[in-house]
Amino acid sequence: MENERTKRQLVILSGKGGTGKTTLAAAFSRLAENGVITDCDVDAADLFILLKPETKEEIPFFGGKKASINKVACTRCGLCMQICRFDAIKDYLVDDILCEGCGFCFRVCPDEAIEFNKVISGNYYDCRIANDAEFLYAKLLPGEGNSGKLVAELKKKASGYFERNKRDWFIVDGPPGIGCPVNASLSGADVVVLITEPTLSGLHDLKRIIKLIQSFKIQVAVVINKFDLNEEITESIETFLGIEGIPVKGKIPFDERVLFALQQGKDIMDVPESNAAKEIRTIWNSL
Amino acid sequence: MIISVASGKGGTGKTTIAVSLALSVQHSVYIDCDVEEPNGHILLEPVISTQQYVTKRLPKIDFDRCTFCSKCSELCEFNAIIVLKSDVMVFEDMCHGCGVCSYFCPEHAIIEVEKNIGEIRKGSTKSEPIDFIDGTLNIGEMSATQLIRQVRKEALPDRTNILDAPPGTSCSMVAAVKDTDYCILVTESTPFGLNDLRLAIQVVRLLGVPFGVIINKYDDHFPALDYHCSSEGIPVLLKIPFDRKVAEYYSRGIPLVHAMPQLKESFRRLFEQIQLVVQRKEMIPGR
Amino acid sequence: MKIAITSTGLSLDSFVSEKFGRCSYFVLFETQTKAMNSIVNSAETLEHGAGPKAAQLIIQQNVDLVLTGAVGGNAEEALKTGGVKIVTGLKSNMKVSEAIDLYLNSKL
Repeated sequence: MENERTKRQLVILSGKGGTGKTTLAAAFSRLAENGVITDCDVDAADLFILLKPETKEEIPFFGGKKASINKVACTRCGLCMQICRFDAIKDYLVDDILCEGCGFCFRVCPDEAIEFNKVISGNYYDCRIANDAEFLYAKLLPGEGNSGKLVAELKKKASGYFERNKRDWFIVDGPPGIGCPVNASLSGADVVVLITEPTLSGLHDLKRIIKLIQSFKIQVAVVINKFDLNEEITESIETFLGIEGIPVKGKIPFDERVLFALQQGKDIMDVPESNAAKEIRTIWNSL
Repeated sequence: MIISVASGKGGTGKTTIAVSLALSVQHSVYIDCDVEEPNGHILLEPVISTQQYVTKRLPKIDFDRCTFCSKCSELCEFNAIIVLKSDVMVFEDMCHGCGVCSYFCPEHAIIEVEKNIGEIRKGSTKSEPIDFIDGTLNIGEMSATQLIRQVRKEALPDRTNILDAPPGTSCSMVAAVKDTDYCILVTESTPFGLNDLRLAIQVVRLLGVPFGVIINKYDDHFPALDYHCSSEGIPVLLKIPFDRKVAEYYSRGIPLVHAMPQLKESFRRLFEQIQLVVQRKEMIPGR
Repeated sequence: MKIAITSTGLSLDSFVSEKFGRCSYFVLFETQTKAMNSIVNSAETLEHGAGPKAAQLIIQQNVDLVLTGAVGGNAEEALKTGGVKIVTGLKSNMKVSEAIDLYLNSKL
């Protein structure tokens, strides 16, 4: 007999940064009664600021490999510098930041003077928040690459909790942009909520991310944040989405009280009487 | 001189500030390196005079010579080549163009061909004439840093180049900010702004680039940000108060200094401050 | 016919995995002889490109058909090129044995 409980994985994306994605994710995390939450924006993880988690475990993450030259063994033949396509070796020293981890220098070095190993590129945190809900997030070390693998690891661990602790919701605060980490954040998603803003840049970026998501064939819904800043563009967005057959689940009004709440480290749902909070609750109930 | 404008967090106003700085400095060059979501063109509305495709190298298998030994697949650090029973597949969006596979193929069965990853456009604006350059990455493509490096090569040596970096602190931001003469970090009066500013400062310090901060959408209800900057001795170059009207103008594609022309003077003074810092740095022996 | 089922464990009793590229194991089942074995998915921990590498592994094992939840674009291309049929729709509350039964009874 199959379990009748509705299980949903909800991924929140935005294309453009600063549209209110993290704020919305925090609000949904509060509204979800039995959920597990991950912040997959590993480049600039902010959700923990609003969720105020208690960290249970900090786990180092090994990303790609980097080369390094052993100065003692190196005979300065210069072959590595000739061969590297990323300008990562200068004066027999590998620039960690420019090194893309291809291993070419390591393989050609006639003196075997180059080491090529995985390095720690960040850490992830297994935490608990209100109601003992699981919350996972990660922080990449400065300058490290956007990592699809890190996102995948976070989601895998979170999925484990989702199954074992019989959660109803799996909320994913996704990364901005349209690159590989966005793809990783989408695996297993049941519904994607795209949050956008009524600006020309917002519309431009929304189109690009919709193009990416359409190849995934997942249910998509859009939320327009601060819609009253420019009702004309809000209309353009709605028209565009109508043609694409994508529903607008909600339009959140610009609300200064939201900003004040954020500055005090609270989230929108701490101001339930605000128009923004009311709209978000309506959106949540419609999902 | 190259001044980069970056931000740990998306949506702080990085682009409108980069554009405004370019509009306030005579004969400047605006370079949009946010290749995943380039928005500068929306605010500047340049007349484009040239367009060039940017390519990366990709392996191509010569099946007359290939013996399906799988060495290429074993050596590829990015898992971009797989060898099936009687077929070899190259996954173009994952390939970094490092050249390892073609170099080490025992049958010399791999040659390299060029693949389009995006385009660079050049032009100029009509008002306050400035030169405009931007790069746009093809959707689904992963080689943002490769494109960014190509875009940077277009900087004009005897002019003031204002480089709009991608948001965040990952490798594409690093590719944009590395070896620039000065970096302006844009933040906002929220806990997210402060958190991401700290991350961005870590990166910029690691890169050894002198920097200063602009607080956009400033309001005094978030003293933690001001306190952090003053206690760390971080120069705050400008505070732009939050103004709903400015937000509305931005949504229509109007740059900050056109919405608030009095700011042009502030940007000019800020630029002079930056020039002094850059000159002083160049006078230090050993640099 | 040899079927591969994406799995969270090594046995027929294990729960299936909805992911293809980053599942932990593949359970391999021969429909004629009912023989079964399982392998670790070496692609699971790869930084990028897990899908195509997992496909390469499956094809090396002479699998005819994959049963899974969903398959990403690159992995799908690789499997098709290798002549492997794909059947999706598995849910994480199914066991491997159930998934096989459902498939054999044309319920997927």
